[in-house]
Amino acid sequence: MLLKIFWAFVKKESFHILRDTRTLFILFGMPIALVLIFGYTVTNEFKDASIAVIDEAQDDLSQSLVEHLTASGHFRLIDMPPNKAGIEAAFRAGTVKFAVVIPPQFERRFYRDKQASVQLIADATEPNYATTLTSYASQMIGAFQNEHAEQGALPYQLDIETRMLYNPQLEGAYNFIPGVVALILMLICAMMTSLTIAKEKETGTMDLLLVSPLPPILIIIGKVTPYVLLAFVDALIVFVMGVYIFNVPILGNLGVLLGLCLLYLLVALALGVLISTRSTTQQTAMMTSMFTLLMPTMLLSGFLFPIASMPSFLQYLSTIIPARYFIDIEKAVMLKDAGWEAIYWPSLILVIMLLVLLVAARRNFKVIYK
Amino acid sequence: MSQIQNVIEAQALTKIFGDFKAVNAISFDVKAGEIFGFLGANGAGKTTAIKMLIGLSRPSEGEATVAGYDVYQQTEQIKENIGYMSQKFSLYEDLTVRENINFYGGIYGLSRRQIRQKTSEIIEQLGLENHARKLVGSLPLGWKQRLAFAVAGVHDPKIIFLDEPTGGVDPATRRQFWEMLYAAADRGVTIFVTTHYMDEAEYCDRISIMVAGRIDALGSPRELKQQFSANTMDEVFLKLVRD
Repeated sequence: MLLKIFWAFVKKESFHILRDTRTLFILFGMPIALVLIFGYTVTNEFKDASIAVIDEAQDDLSQSLVEHLTASGHFRLIDMPPNKAGIEAAFRAGTVKFAVVIPPQFERRFYRDKQASVQLIADATEPNYATTLTSYASQMIGAFQNEHAEQGALPYQLDIETRMLYNPQLEGAYNFIPGVVALILMLICAMMTSLTIAKEKETGTMDLLLVSPLPPILIIIGKVTPYVLLAFVDALIVFVMGVYIFNVPILGNLGVLLGLCLLYLLVALALGVLISTRSTTQQTAMMTSMFTLLMPTMLLSGFLFPIASMPSFLQYLSTIIPARYFIDIEKAVMLKDAGWEAIYWPSLILVIMLLVLLVAARRNFKVIYK
Repeated sequence: MSQIQNVIEAQALTKIFGDFKAVNAISFDVKAGEIFGFLGANGAGKTTAIKMLIGLSRPSEGEATVAGYDVYQQTEQIKENIGYMSQKFSLYEDLTVRENINFYGGIYGLSRRQIRQKTSEIIEQLGLENHARKLVGSLPLGWKQRLAFAVAGVHDPKIIFLDEPTGGVDPATRRQFWEMLYAAADRGVTIFVTTHYMDEAEYCDRISIMVAGRIDALGSPRELKQQFSANTMDEVFLKLVRD
């Protein structure tokens, strides 16, 4: 009997979803669009960066340095007038983002004075890009120096060996795939469910449901179940795109990953129901979920901006963002194959959040039922 | 039912929001099979009163039973015995006629066979044979209202509550709607209807008139017109409101 009622709900809710192109777009267009946008446009990686070299030395050593820089395949030389005035104009025009200046008598200073300098100039209107290029070029120049220094020429030598753990290629996808999953699940479970419940209130159909003998909890479960399924499908789509298009590994247990996905999804759902109990129109529900859920999930979860570099006030604020914990879990399972000791704490926090939200949602739902 | 019974009884039923008495100690009863008109201006407390009777709102004070069940303790049983058509026209516009009937039949736990039978009954009764697969949103308002009433009765309730069911349509369309109410009442269904159209008041068996949270007049249209020495319900209403 309950199952039949439940089925009637699922069927009806599916009709709503299928007949509303806007909903359909958010459900299926959005996740794919987000992955592609983050995958192909928003990226800190660089390939084939165009750099200018001003070689004022024009000696053997300076030429082999230029060769060394271009041999890596990361830098591509662009023709530049060999003087600083020309460079400045090019930076201002934006045709050059990064330049290497090798001063006169480079070779002589290097071997005889043991004191040569190279200048790196970057357009820091794009700070991330500038930092990445600078550090990469510095590394290469360091390696070049070691290669060419005469045996024993440098009295002290400190070899710095860097290892980038879990993401040796510094692929952006390793960060944005977990982030997009967190965002999409929040979007669908919280925003879409708060919208669909608010819509029933707005059109008056909620009253009809409430005067039926159905317990309110069944009404809510019946309404949100289709969205849970769809959100789960969306999470799978994003994971599959991550694995097959962007080569993001899933090293850990897939079952654990999906199980914890479900936990996070329930947290998002409880948030959505809570918001819907507080809003009587779709517009309020939409605005509330945008500002209290989506923006914080994007900005404060560590998805776009690292939490460690936020001001301490925002760091505290980020501790109440569920996505923060879910992204930690995703990264631990997918990239590090970490065991329970790494994920029990964020999982426990999500469980506590879920319980608190369920109690709050239940209490607020009674208000309209009073 | 050979003997006339009361299916709704209210004694000093009151609803207080903060320090505002939305419904102030109203008492009345409604007999089985009767069409009971619940009149009043906008904001007089009609909707609040109806919500207390159907279990959507808990009374602050007073007593009431609906279909013999207590409004404080037995809202579940009440809900099984009533149908409701709300002020806002309340079917799903993006579902077809048939899908709406199926859904409401489904949530009242009707069997598949019952639903099929009800669906064809309703479609035939409303003459919607050619529109069963159309989205409800594309139907004229008068049709939607009649469909909403039919859907409110899909589980054969003893009482159907209607909260301003005919807002926004012309008197001829209202008249068609009322034909349906008479037909239901003839089958023994009790109709509890709120309205502020006075032409509709004339159609009721008995009416109560609410002013500012209180019931100021109660009786058949003829009795009320005599009592207030008026020719029409409109005059009765105006006299009441001016006092």
